[in-house]
Amino acid sequence: MTERSYVEVKDLRRVFDVSKPWLNRVLEGGEKQYLKAVDGVSFSIAKGETFALVGESGSGKSTVARMVVGLLPPSGGEVVIDGVSMSSKAALAERQRLRRRIQMIFQDPYASLNPRWQVDRIVAEPIRAFRLIESEKEIVARVGELLSLVGLHPADGGKYPHEFSGGQRQRIAIARALASNAEFIVCDEPTSALDVSVQAQILNLMRDLQDRLGLTYLFISHNLAVVRHMASRIGVMYLGRIVEISNGRELFAQPKHPYTRMLLDAVPDVGMTGRQRIPVSGEIPNPINPPSGCTFNPRCPFANERCRAEIPPLLGGVACHAIHEGRLSVDAAA
Amino acid sequence: MTQPVLSVRDLRVEFVTRRGILKAIDGISFDIGKGEVLGVVGESGAGKSVTGSAVVGLIDPPGRIAGGEIWLSGMRIDNLPPEEMRRVRGKRIGMIFQDPLTSLNPLYRVSEQLIETIRTHTNLSASGARKRAIDLLAEVGIPAPERRIDSYPHEFSGGMRQRVVIALALCAEPELIIADEPTTALDVSVQAQIISLLKRLGREHGTAIMLVTHDMGVIAETADRVAVMYAGRIAEIGPVRDVVQNPLHPYAKGLMGAIPSLESDANRLVQIPGSMPRLSAIPPGCPFNPRCPYVFDRCRVERPEPIQHSEHRVACHLYDQSPVRSEAVA
Repeated sequence: MTERSYVEVKDLRRVFDVSKPWLNRVLEGGEKQYLKAVDGVSFSIAKGETFALVGESGSGKSTVARMVVGLLPPSGGEVVIDGVSMSSKAALAERQRLRRRIQMIFQDPYASLNPRWQVDRIVAEPIRAFRLIESEKEIVARVGELLSLVGLHPADGGKYPHEFSGGQRQRIAIARALASNAEFIVCDEPTSALDVSVQAQILNLMRDLQDRLGLTYLFISHNLAVVRHMASRIGVMYLGRIVEISNGRELFAQPKHPYTRMLLDAVPDVGMTGRQRIPVSGEIPNPINPPSGCTFNPRCPFANERCRAEIPPLLGGVACHAIHEGRLSVDAAA
Repeated sequence: MTQPVLSVRDLRVEFVTRRGILKAIDGISFDIGKGEVLGVVGESGAGKSVTGSAVVGLIDPPGRIAGGEIWLSGMRIDNLPPEEMRRVRGKRIGMIFQDPLTSLNPLYRVSEQLIETIRTHTNLSASGARKRAIDLLAEVGIPAPERRIDSYPHEFSGGMRQRVVIALALCAEPELIIADEPTTALDVSVQAQIISLLKRLGREHGTAIMLVTHDMGVIAETADRVAVMYAGRIAEIGPVRDVVQNPLHPYAKGLMGAIPSLESDANRLVQIPGSMPRLSAIPPGCPFNPRCPYVFDRCRVERPEPIQHSEHRVACHLYDQSPVRSEAVA
């Protein structure tokens, strides 16, 4: 890699214990059960870039987001941000300095803002928590500046979250994320709860802020069109693994992995090009008992014995035996 | 033209609150023909779901139908007594809601819920009803229906549950199905399956479908005609291809441009400034006027009535050629 990546995620894993309580296991029998939500995910994000993870529910994309910001400890692997490993015990002081530069925007702007706090207090919280500015007067000025930056009025600081619409609340959440001069923002479905016209406003705002402040985004979404609009590179997740990773244009023009092809075919088409959809079969299997080998094999039209037995590695941006073996040509994408 | 299955004329729905009367639906008219899918799009608060609820007579107090008429195959249904409306609902109008888990009773097996509904609306015997229930589940694409029928709702996945809800709506072979955001809670791959299922059912049974959704993509794929709603009114209604590719109303234009697409390479999305007005503060004249880039004086005082413009009907003064306002009713 020519350029040092800003965020480096290496073989990240997360297992959840979903066993029944101990007493039930003893009385009713039954083993401990584990759910591998994230199973060896690696990617890197360059500074100023938007990297997106897309996938359907249960693919583990939000779990990755939570591990990257440190809300959830990984079961394995590590997250390195700007050269500092977030899991090493040694670099405690450095890690704390780094915390300030990482922020998150959540999906539901109704749940992520404290309803009892006025907006200026919400936005000032990171400033106070990290002791970035000591003087109260300067904090007020900075909050006003942040609110104008996200397209709100400085006087809006005196209101409560319920006085704002969904889109405006998401603007407040963005202002809060920027309050600590964050450089890296993890956005977990930031526009899924919003109407399309408001979604357009928020997506435009996020791109403008990126241009102005040089922000780096990890963008999580299930909406392929939104991801295409926002991201320069995209990772497609299926049952806890990245099945394909490529730059945005290429992924949409020439999807390789059978799952990516299926997903793109399934998106309802506003362009009305009259494109015939390939009917999609099946649903995401239960992650507690994922299929052996390639987890996509029960739904894959190209699956063979090897696919059912052996997990395909991510080679050349795609994790698929059929493509690696040349059984499935890359250009044949419909 | 043959008689439409559903005909709504100048419908008004109001909610009486302490702060005054809120007009959720303010004079909308539309028809749905046999086998036709009418898409109703709009953003939150536009009144799409209230329209659906009004048609099935499920507007709860403090809401009330304040005016207008609803006709189902030539029978007026908006003023039926509750007992008679109950028979129409379920028998002649089926409903599919957004969240399949809340439309099914978690304490009863799917078989019990289906058989109860079938026996309420037809005079089949218990075993006949069970056979019909199995056939319905097979029709909506549930594998091994004779085994799955005795499962509880929680034993199905989201997509399968929505199929059960669709089967439930089909029980009495209704003339009209109202589907309120039927695919919003589902993943894209499953969403595509449900959409093609709805389309097939509409085609095979000649059922009229009113598809309420905020997802333009779903409408473009499914509907024959589309109505774009804004602040309780229909801004534009017309054949889906025309409205999607060549919208006339400034709001419809903005809405289409705001959708990120898989094909276009626009760097910035079209942005409509502001947001939908609250029901308590709908501006006079055209409700879209504060956000409209083409606004002129007339828009601020006079409410635009729907005007026939080629195949669309559009409520916008921009398209009013005649100096005298013409009452265009199609």
